[in-house]
Amino acid sequence: MVGTLDQIFVTLKHWLVDFVPGQYQSVFSALLSVAAIVLTFATLFALTTLLERKGLGRIQNRYGPNRVGPYGLLQPIADGLKALTKEDVIPHTADKVVHFIAPLVLVVPVFLALAVVPVGRNMTALDMDAGVLFFFAAGAATELSVFMAGWSSRNKYSLLGAMRAIAQMISYEVPLILSAVTVIMAAGSLSAVKIVEAQAGYCGIVPRWYVLTPWGLAGFLLFMVAATAESNRSPFDLPESESELVAGYYTEYSGFKFALFFLGEYLGLFAVSGLGITLFLGGWHAPLAALGWVPSWFWFFTKLLALIAVFIWVRGTLPRLRMDQLMGLAWKFMVPMALVNIIVAGLWRFMSAGLARWAICFGLVAAAYWLLGRSLAGGKQLAKRVYRYAD
Amino acid sequence: MTASFAIIAALTLASAVAAMSLRNLVHCVLMLMVTFAGLAVLYLQLGAQFVGFAQILIYIGAVAILIVFAILLTRGSEPPRQSIFSATWVVGVGIAVTVFGLLSAMILSSRAVTREMRPLPEATVRQIGEQLMNKYVLPLEVIGLLLTAALIGAVIIAMHEKEGK
Repeated sequence: MVGTLDQIFVTLKHWLVDFVPGQYQSVFSALLSVAAIVLTFATLFALTTLLERKGLGRIQNRYGPNRVGPYGLLQPIADGLKALTKEDVIPHTADKVVHFIAPLVLVVPVFLALAVVPVGRNMTALDMDAGVLFFFAAGAATELSVFMAGWSSRNKYSLLGAMRAIAQMISYEVPLILSAVTVIMAAGSLSAVKIVEAQAGYCGIVPRWYVLTPWGLAGFLLFMVAATAESNRSPFDLPESESELVAGYYTEYSGFKFALFFLGEYLGLFAVSGLGITLFLGGWHAPLAALGWVPSWFWFFTKLLALIAVFIWVRGTLPRLRMDQLMGLAWKFMVPMALVNIIVAGLWRFMSAGLARWAICFGLVAAAYWLLGRSLAGGKQLAKRVYRYAD
Repeated sequence: MTASFAIIAALTLASAVAAMSLRNLVHCVLMLMVTFAGLAVLYLQLGAQFVGFAQILIYIGAVAILIVFAILLTRGSEPPRQSIFSATWVVGVGIAVTVFGLLSAMILSSRAVTREMRPLPEATVRQIGEQLMNKYVLPLEVIGLLLTAALIGAVIIAMHEKEGK
């Protein structure tokens, strides 16, 4: 019974594939996986837009959408219909072809990246040796899409937004990859499936997830901060900061193309959160051995929704950074921290297990954090801000 | 030669030609990216997963974006008014054709063409990793150290805030 529920989607797929004649089976199987990914994550996208608006509403002391359907649950459908029926406006001077391709260049690679994330036991659409490398390679195309959108619109706000976005994405890709390197070192594999398998089992009641090691904790926090910046979310939403740049690189997009950008952004968030779960949060493993009977895919999506809740919470809470603060955080704090973290992860690998190892490694990470923070804050006079006209 | 190879090769070549002959510099860069992607797909078709992904990650993710940045920062992206062809293009074409002819004649006359194809060695990512960690560990460490030093150096240069501002 336990195994049936856990493998229900895999069994369903094999059952469907058996209806197809022999030589088409592999193609049909691939098509089914693709359809499953597209449907699942597009539905999750619809759900997340609603949750985000609801959550932000609550944080800002209002109700959020509550008019369409019970509790506003049908709001995503109304949004989708609105996006579909809106007029598609293309600026007269725009570079029509590039303007048209840009949203596609964003959405397609993000779906590709989602294919390597293991969403459950035996549930990885594309299980390859270099899965994590594939993920980052697919992610490289999003910068391209942002540039194409910003440049082809022939709008100064779009171009400024694109410049900001590319600078930010390149900068934060370094700590993102460097913090993922620690896990690759520990697991000894680039395959997402192997990395999840390496985190199986429990030490007492504590799961063997990498986030519960000192370097894993530091790596996870660095990874999530870099992921927030990579997906251009608040507090790193300078590329589309609506109070400065109208809407950044997609100022000149309307109708369904805008919806595609929106979709791509959220799917990118899911993909990078999924990778974070795979690398640090034990993938589809249950947090307690006693909860092992719950299907593996349930755990993956629970963790994903929990991370999304954190993203919504952060967006509702933190103000936007300034451009120099943004770059300073990436290059002066996160990159050195990630490099120290790699050394600590190496040390962890060669020390014998025990409480002493945990204490020493945690001490090293904490010391690096403290020293870096101190040296960056040194010489800066931090006092209460005084407003001349606003008080 | 399979159909997929023919399609990819044609696309790669066409985009490479377009990258040289389009008027707008940004279009050229975008076409260059298609060329890089085509090369990456060719590597993947040959079973070289690691090289293929590294090609995408480095050439599309870093090199092409760097070129884009350079174009945006240095001059307007308006297309030039005069012809983009050099005045001496006839000479250029002549030299290119001569070099191409010489090289292909040399290759066709060499023994490499007639030699029997050995069975392709399996080059999985695991094997590349093991080779890098065992046989080539010293060069890898040296390169790693050099790149890390360059990274830290760049950060230190940026960290130094200007005095008297």
